[in-house]
Amino acid sequence: MAKPQKKYTGSSVFNTTPDAAQRKKYCRFKKNGIKYIDYKDANFLLKFVNDQGKILPRRLTGTSLKFQRKISQAVKRARHIAVLPFTGDMIK
Amino acid sequence: MATKTTKSTKVESVVLNNYESVIIFTPVLSEEQLKDAVAKYRKIITENGGELIHEENWGLTKLAYPIQKKTTGFYHIYEYKAPASFVSTFELAFRRDERIMRFLSTVLDKHSIQYNVRKRNGEFNQGKNTTKPQEAKK
Repeated sequence: MAKPQKKYTGSSVFNTTPDAAQRKKYCRFKKNGIKYIDYKDANFLLKFVNDQGKILPRRLTGTSLKFQRKISQAVKRARHIAVLPFTGDMIK
Repeated sequence: MATKTTKSTKVESVVLNNYESVIIFTPVLSEEQLKDAVAKYRKIITENGGELIHEENWGLTKLAYPIQKKTTGFYHIYEYKAPASFVSTFELAFRRDERIMRFLSTVLDKHSIQYNVRKRNGEFNQGKNTTKPQEAKK
């Protein structure tokens, strides 16, 4: 009746700490009822890019597809208006 | 038939959409010049059948990367209601203006309108206070 439990631990490659690997990922937008992602808010968008300024995949952040699309749109807009850099080392 | 009815509704009333335009002015402008430029675009909005909802000025802000060899810029944000055809004329004015380094116009959907209203009411300034209780409810 329940979904078969996944045995493989593919995500452990990215979540090196055992604690992070075990914790279930969730979409923070669905959970907190956030409906709009502001492209002018650099501090918020920084959570969804890595040190080089690349957009993090859903696989790591746990964001749902609907909001991943919005994040990617917002990050790209932010880059255009020089709120976020296109590239960089250690931007955080 | 169907096309006729849609046409007639278009003629009856001009649909106003909500838009938001972010403009980056060059940092070489003086305070006076900046005021003039800002007033100019405010005027363009109201003269072309749009209505200004809100304006925001970030002042001299550091850019994430240099634009036209400048590392800072004056950010100004207009939020307005306007017919769809207005945005192209507005952007044409931006392109002709040498004082503007970069601009971005976006359509606002119902969620973003709501977000901007809440932001204006200052709900996000205490945002750390308002979001924390929600997270605590988990």
